[in-house]
Amino acid sequence: AARLSGGESRPVSLPLSRIRVIMKSSPEVSSINQDALFLTAKATELFVQYLASYSYKHGRGKEKNALTYSDLSHTAEECETFQFLADILPKKILASKYLKMLEKEKRDGQVGEDDEEDEEEEDEDE
Amino acid sequence: MAERPEDLNLPNAVITRIIKEALPDGVNISKEARSAISRAASVFVLYATSCANNFAMKGKRKMLNAGDVLSAMEEMEFQRFVTPLKESLEVYRREQKGKKEARKDKDKKADSEEQDKSREEDNDDDDERIEEEEPNEEEEVDN
Repeated sequence: AARLSGGESRPVSLPLSRIRVIMKSSPEVSSINQDALFLTAKATELFVQYLASYSYKHGRGKEKNALTYSDLSHTAEECETFQFLADILPKKILASKYLKMLEKEKRDGQVGEDDEEDEEEEDEDE
Repeated sequence: MAERPEDLNLPNAVITRIIKEALPDGVNISKEARSAISRAASVFVLYATSCANNFAMKGKRKMLNAGDVLSAMEEMEFQRFVTPLKESLEVYRREQKGKKEARKDKDKKADSEEQDKSREEDNDDDDERIEEEEPNEEEEVDN
């Protein structure tokens, strides 16, 4: 049942009061016309649908009949329209991989030999 | 007014429903994905508001209106939203007008007076000019 809904039986499901709180958290905004509030809420619904369907279509989650976080962060990275989301949808990396990356960077910066076990202990302090 | 962190989030149940409507039946949505989309939606509101506000400032207005939001959508490369938004807005405006009339009727009936409804229908033309800068209501929304 995939459709881009526009003004059917219910005008909008997202609560206008909450949308308004978010809009007003923006410092330069003084007042908001009722129609503008409605349109922002409706646009947000369309946005959610678009982000979800696009990510599903272009992602790998569908191999398991799912929409995954990875599908979303992939969209933010690859699709220009959604690039404004890149910072809040970062690609994920396993902690062990990240620690190895850090160790490699340390090693590359050092002239002498290193003791990997000691370095791991130091990392625990972080 | 101080916003608590949860106020800047949108209700999970509603977000989930909207996502489900966009995907084929039976597709699973991980909690992480749902939470990420919810955050993305909040960011979208902020981005759209900021963009719309720029248009209002260009027009030397302090109040954001419908036209500003539609212009923001085009600017943000969401032109595909513009037509469905305009259609929704028409429906919404009609409903709001209907509610207003219902309230007026209630008040008048309470006073035991009959209202002449045919006069109201002549005002329909005003509502269809969506792009104009004249806002429907000048007052701020307090839900």
